Amino acid sequence: MTAAGDFPASQDAAPAAAPRRRLLEQDWRKLLRASAILAIAQVFIGLSGMPVSFDRRLLIDPILSLGYLSLLWLPLAVSYWVGREQVLEGMTAYARGGRDVLAGAITGAVGNAGLTLLVVGITHFDIRDPLVNWSPQLLGILEFEESVWLGALIWPAIGAGVGALGGGMHWASSRITRTTVIVLLSVFGTAVLESVITDLSQGFHIEAVSDWLYGPKRGLTYPAAIVVAAAAAAIAGGIAAYRAFLARTASTSGQLGIAASGETSANRVRWRRIPVRRLVGFALSAAAIVVLPLFLGRLTNELLANVGLFILLALGLNIIVGLAGILDLGYVAFFAVGGYSVAVLTSPGSPRFDLEIPWFGALFAAMLLAGLAGLLIGAPVIRMRGDYLAIVTLGFGEIIRVLLLSDWLSGTFNGAQGITNIPGVEVFGLATVRGFEPRSVLYLVLVFCAIAVYVSWRLENSRIGRAWMAIREDESVAEAMGVDTVSAKLMAFVTGAVLGSFSGAILSAKVGSVFPHSFAIIVSIVILVVVIFGGMGSIAGVIAGAAVLIGVLGGPNQPGLLQEFAEYKILIYGALLVWMMLQRSEGLIPSVRRARELHLDEMNQDAWLRAQVAADDAGGGGGGDRSEGEQP
Amino acid sequence: MSPNTPETNSPTPAQPASVQSEPVLELRRVNTHYGAVHILKDVDLDIYSGELVCLLGGNASGKSTTLRTILGMVKPTTGDVKVNGQVVTHQSTRDRVAMGVTMVPENRRLFKRLTVRENLDLGAYLRSDSDQIASDMERVFDLFPRVKERLNQKSGTLSGGEQQMVAIGRALMANPRVLLMDEPSMGLAPALVQQNFELIQQIHEAGMTVFMVEQNANMALSIADRGWVLQTGRVVLDDTAENLLAHPDLQASYLGTAEQ
Ligand SMILES: Nc1ncnc2c1ncn2[C@@H]1O[C@H](COP(=O)(O)OP(=O)(O)O)[C@@H](O)[C@H]1O
Ligand SMILES: [Mg+2]
Repeated sequence: MTAAGDFPASQDAAPAAAPRRRLLEQDWRKLLRASAILAIAQVFIGLSGMPVSFDRRLLIDPILSLGYLSLLWLPLAVSYWVGREQVLEGMTAYARGGRDVLAGAITGAVGNAGLTLLVVGITHFDIRDPLVNWSPQLLGILEFEESVWLGALIWPAIGAGVGALGGGMHWASSRITRTTVIVLLSVFGTAVLESVITDLSQGFHIEAVSDWLYGPKRGLTYPAAIVVAAAAAAIAGGIAAYRAFLARTASTSGQLGIAASGETSANRVRWRRIPVRRLVGFALSAAAIVVLPLFLGRLTNELLANVGLFILLALGLNIIVGLAGILDLGYVAFFAVGGYSVAVLTSPGSPRFDLEIPWFGALFAAMLLAGLAGLLIGAPVIRMRGDYLAIVTLGFGEIIRVLLLSDWLSGTFNGAQGITNIPGVEVFGLATVRGFEPRSVLYLVLVFCAIAVYVSWRLENSRIGRAWMAIREDESVAEAMGVDTVSAKLMAFVTGAVLGSFSGAILSAKVGSVFPHSFAIIVSIVILVVVIFGGMGSIAGVIAGAAVLIGVLGGPNQPGLLQEFAEYKILIYGALLVWMMLQRSEGLIPSVRRARELHLDEMNQDAWLRAQVAADDAGGGGGGDRSEGEQP
Repeated sequence: MSPNTPETNSPTPAQPASVQSEPVLELRRVNTHYGAVHILKDVDLDIYSGELVCLLGGNASGKSTTLRTILGMVKPTTGDVKVNGQVVTHQSTRDRVAMGVTMVPENRRLFKRLTVRENLDLGAYLRSDSDQIASDMERVFDLFPRVKERLNQKSGTLSGGEQQMVAIGRALMANPRVLLMDEPSMGLAPALVQQNFELIQQIHEAGMTVFMVEQNANMALSIADRGWVLQTGRVVLDDTAENLLAHPDLQASYLGTAEQ
């Protein structure tokens, strides 16, 4: 064997060279495990009541409801996961083939047999008693309103089909896979965004579009779904072709230069292209963001305002968790300080003070108080690390809520009754922002989001931003480099606190009232999930995370696009958090830094290092030639 | 290359105090505790400008604690740390770094998810003289051309040898007066250890004062001018590298645990 045989290149291994596995040459244990997990999860989803609650929401008019989708997505995901293989250097990379499809189909079929058991079980035993969420309608859904036999037999069949699709995604070329995913997401997205799109088409006076897209009972109509899918496929194909074209021109221009300068010339081409494209893209999206609310209806503006409030919160927490690496589970405290400061200072209903100062004045006070709260909470926890710190911050978050609720301070905060009658925001005599005018609230939120994005962006690229990242990576080495870790961490707390207080201050004026229960632990958790889901340390990621999660699922006290999810929101947030942690995922839009840390890369590196060390150990002098690449 | 190493080292005078009036770094009867545990016991050290000296000792003898005490990351219970003749015992780590004391930590400890460039920038964290920083960066590249190629790579994905270069480069970016190195050969493949010590010597010959802490006594003494041997927190030997290498106690009590 040649030396190359020992270290096959992982990514670009020529498919022709990779050995093929036979159809039945499966990793049966892995299949079994995945099937069992799938079966348990499917039964859980069924009994949780999701299929029944979501069945009312049609996605594609007669054929697919959100309820059925809740039973379909998991077989797809699990069967895709079953076929996933990490190929490390030093391992054999097998060619993809029919084996993946079979593995997916088996997993889907066996896993969905869980639903067969469920159908049979429900028919023969009374499970009402222990499982209150279970409703008789579930049986109807599982049986497609036909017979027990159909219900029992069809689910494994569906599982096999969906599973084959999931497993087959590994086999298909990445272009086909990507197109499929884009098509599915587009159809789903168009269905989910129904109210927004209807709203928009009313705003632009093109109701015909939404009338054609959506049926009378909500949900995409049959033909509309097909057209959307076709359009998405066409656009995806077009983009892929354009990319290929760009890549081809770039490589030709690289070849024009001398071999050694090839890389630099490619860099130069890219460098010149990006800023203009970025600038145009930035200007266009800024203009769209400013103009769009004018064409949106109340509900959509309200929804976007809520998203914006959570973007503010998430950007603030992102500084603490994402940049400085301090796991703060009590972030809601700063939200509460912002909200209550404005309430106490501006409302005529404020029990102790009768100040009724304008909102902007109260905002200033809120910022100061939040900064102070950041110092007070930060100071004692800053010397702690990891899990201790997380638990203590969790406690502080709760203390603030308990204080607001307490009899002791009810003379100021009015206890559980909260503070009501909070006036709107007078914008320098030009306009008034009031809760019943969601558009005005949205504009106010957008202004503060813009401020928060700018501040985050500047901080990230500043000296203190660098210090935060160093602390996140290795606190004691950061200290040894001369970083004043205590003040840097306090600074992160204070900055995050002030950004969070903006959100609370706007919330007060928007809702017109604040109550202690609006600031429960769950708010901290949801913000954290948004940050992690979006991509810790990434501004764009945090914004995208808030848009997707808060927009679709809704915040802890705010409805999202899928209002059917309301009961299950917390369950879904929890599941998402667990999954993100298990995957150690980098989120929707990883920060530029994190994008580089592809896990596979790291593992390859480790494998390579081990091989290197082994070779050195084994060969002594003989290993010298391999480590020659090491010499500077 | 390495053959002329002994020649450059042997003429080094055994009494550097006669050449220099004031040590760059000085420890006077330093005692350090972790809680109730007495780690460093009456440690006396002095390092003069331009020297390459080493502190030898087995596992858990207190070598890293000595460096942490010098940097102020742990405060001595009694005794004094002096930098350039000035007592810094009660000053912060930050102040000491600003005075020119910089460490290459044990196991390199790069900021793994940051790029090589960001790591180097963090080395110069306390500096604001951007022109000088840029030229120091160039010096690091001259020393390690390999680092320049990897500037935008995440430092955690570098090989062990490359990580060592970045770790040293990061420390040099602070423009230190004295470079502390905590077990530079630890965790390196044997083939790289020799190369690593040559590198340290190269930096030293370029004028850097180096205080290195090592378990690998033979290797360390082959390039050092002087050395101390630390045993359970107490300095038991203090001599020139030559004498230490020949010392029967060192061979008997200590080298038994060292490699080769
Ligand atoms: N943070 C700490 N807290 C308590 N004990 C410590 C701490 N760090 C090191 N020690 C103890 O101090 C002794 C010396 O440690 P160290 O200086 O790291 O040794 P060396 O670097 O020579 O291997 C060891 O017994 C170790 O267990
Ligand atoms: Mg040590």
